[in-house]
Amino acid sequence: MKKITIDPITRLEGHGKITIFLNDDGSVANTYFQVPELRGFEKFSEGRPAEDMPQITQRICGVCPEAHHMAATKALDDLFHVEPTSTATKLRELLYSAFYVTDHTTHFYILGAPDFVVGPDAPPAERNILGVIAKVGLELGGAVINTRKQNHWIIQTVGGRPIHPCFGLPGGVSRAINEEERAQIEEIAKQSVEFGKVSLKVFDDVVLKNKIYLDMVLSDTYTQKSYNMGLVDENNKVNFYDGKIRVVGPDGKELCKYAPREYLEHIAERVEPWTYLKFPYLKKVGWKGFVDGKDSGVYRATPLSRLNAADGMATPLAQEAYEKMYSTLGGKPANYTLATHWARLVELLYAAERLLELSRDPEITSPNIRNIPTATPDEGVATVEAPRGTLTHHYITDEKGIIKKCNLIVGTTNNYAPLFMSIKKAAEDFIKPGVEITEGLLNRIEMAWRPYDPCLSCATHALPGQLPLEVTIYDAQGNEVKKLSRGI
Amino acid sequence: MAKLKIALYWAASCGGCEIATLAIHEKILKLAEVADIVFWPVAMDFKYADVEKMADKSVDVCLFNGAIRNEENEHMAKLLRAKSKIMIAYGSCSYEGCIPGLSNFYNRQLTFDRVYIETPSTENPKKIFPQTKFKVPEGELEIPEFYDTVKTLAQTVDVDYFVPGCPPEEKTTWLALEALISGKLPPKGTVISHSARALCYECPRIREEKKVKKFYRPYEKIPDPEKCLLEQGFLCYGVATRGGCGALCPQANMPCTGCYGPVEGVIDQGAHFLSALASIIDSNDPEEIQKILDDIPDPAGTFYRYSLPDSLLRRAIIK
Repeated sequence: MKKITIDPITRLEGHGKITIFLNDDGSVANTYFQVPELRGFEKFSEGRPAEDMPQITQRICGVCPEAHHMAATKALDDLFHVEPTSTATKLRELLYSAFYVTDHTTHFYILGAPDFVVGPDAPPAERNILGVIAKVGLELGGAVINTRKQNHWIIQTVGGRPIHPCFGLPGGVSRAINEEERAQIEEIAKQSVEFGKVSLKVFDDVVLKNKIYLDMVLSDTYTQKSYNMGLVDENNKVNFYDGKIRVVGPDGKELCKYAPREYLEHIAERVEPWTYLKFPYLKKVGWKGFVDGKDSGVYRATPLSRLNAADGMATPLAQEAYEKMYSTLGGKPANYTLATHWARLVELLYAAERLLELSRDPEITSPNIRNIPTATPDEGVATVEAPRGTLTHHYITDEKGIIKKCNLIVGTTNNYAPLFMSIKKAAEDFIKPGVEITEGLLNRIEMAWRPYDPCLSCATHALPGQLPLEVTIYDAQGNEVKKLSRGI
Repeated sequence: MAKLKIALYWAASCGGCEIATLAIHEKILKLAEVADIVFWPVAMDFKYADVEKMADKSVDVCLFNGAIRNEENEHMAKLLRAKSKIMIAYGSCSYEGCIPGLSNFYNRQLTFDRVYIETPSTENPKKIFPQTKFKVPEGELEIPEFYDTVKTLAQTVDVDYFVPGCPPEEKTTWLALEALISGKLPPKGTVISHSARALCYECPRIREEKKVKKFYRPYEKIPDPEKCLLEQGFLCYGVATRGGCGALCPQANMPCTGCYGPVEGVIDQGAHFLSALASIIDSNDPEEIQKILDDIPDPAGTFYRYSLPDSLLRRAIIK
């Protein structure tokens, strides 16, 4: 039996590793996706003052620290039984919207777009952000850089620091914004809305008008019929900052809708001996292995699943884009993994529109940004949508607010099983007896997991280029037979 | 002049240092003029084997971020040290251990028990733990060994320079890169930052007299926006923390938490803060002093928030 190792494909709180075992005839015997790293935040948070959790837990990920900061801050509201002021809630959501704009922009243009805009079989040297810019023009390339930079400015202004913000407190935030800052944020938000619209047009022109790409999106290889999870507001519209968690089946039927505090009734995690990362699944459906369908508790928590789990978008332009997406894909839910890129752009437009709304809110510059908690802290749970999945923080403290127990279900972790299954399916469909394993073929396997944007592939986010990939094929004795590698 | 050959690597880290490296924005083009990046897993072809094949000392500079948490981190640290003329611990994790270093209050088994058994969402009736080697029907799978103790880079290999911060600010990163580009290198062991002194010297808050009768936790009181946070009774760590970041947190009305590490000449940041604290308590009555100090929860985890693995304590003894 031969063994192919793709090590490391990305970082998921560490370096991901794919191992593909081949049968003697060259077909795929099995595929494994391992996460070789653990840092143990659930343990060493014990003993720490609860109010420090926003700053401690964001060190889980330096690419999406805002998500942990926000989940932790909201868990503190719950823990200390204090409602944030209206302005504080809006400032948090404003920062979070700016964060979504930057994060989705970087993912789409740097990681996702090269496959579609430049083409999955283009030489690796062209299949990167520079290749994208060459196709779509320098003007849009400039807009990508500008959108990121400007929205990072918002994060620093509101959150205190550009990476690892410090503004979250139970009952509010630490700093108000002034009129001058507000006006600047509004200006950036307007540009971001335009940028969101242009990005959807790029997708329309380049992907949707190209039958080959559209066929690929709709192909069986990239289809997975799992449950969809996402946070929704009181009207069942997508919300990143707050709401209830809704789970919708592969047939579009609602399985459950629950408050963050009820997460333990709905989510369980499985341990496997060959990886450090756990596999969450829907408790009431149960773990049936790495399979999709209604009877398997595997669920996805991605931009596409958020849209599948909701009834629409809360802002007008995003709603329009949402309707268009589903009418093109043949209705809801869409189980096409590659359509996740499209859903991400719908979310990008929503985040920009929401940012604009909040920047124009008359309360946003109010100095009333904090309520001081007075109740005794005990237990707090909160959920936000991280760009890479539903993120839940759960703390139990003593009466002094010292963490006794901490549990975290982190964005990408939700998607561990479906990611694994997408890779496995693509490997099985593309690696066939007698078919030479080429670079383009590996890229098609890689395309199966890229839509999930596994965290800390994020790091590649910020760079021109794709994830580095090395595939080594070993024979049954472990001797190296062939090596393929590529980078930027 | 031949271009500098630079390698960048991440060990146990959050990725924030990678983002921080990129935060030099347009200066990255300037860097590209004078340097070739020969190894950068997040951006470039990732080949351990290629690094192994490089001649010893053939890389001019290695910027290494992340702590040493497992077997693979250690292996890469040793390998890159052998290949590099200059080894730089970039960012708080590799310099001091940082927040993941708080893990040294516990050990591997306690961490595994919590993560894989106790956590309320975990369903693991057979008490399965990850194994470094595991036989599956098709063959064997391997993952690196998770260590009991988080170590800094300098506790693992010889380090030439340190760049502080979680993560380092843009200007700090550029200061280090400029020194490398110009060849005007500071003495070995230097911590590269714009300041060797305490953060207080660059904090715009007004300092008067430090006399504290009661300590407050950040959520308990809204601070005066102009005055020194420590004087108001908040545990602002600036007094024991190297400057250079521009006092970002105090300017957002939040106390400094110490991410730039100790000031020049201080070995143990936590002990330094403790001695600073002792001098500002406004009492001579041992009982009252004790009462004032009781308001500080988790002193070890707070004073050593970023530096436990690098401190004189290093780790808790687990019996």
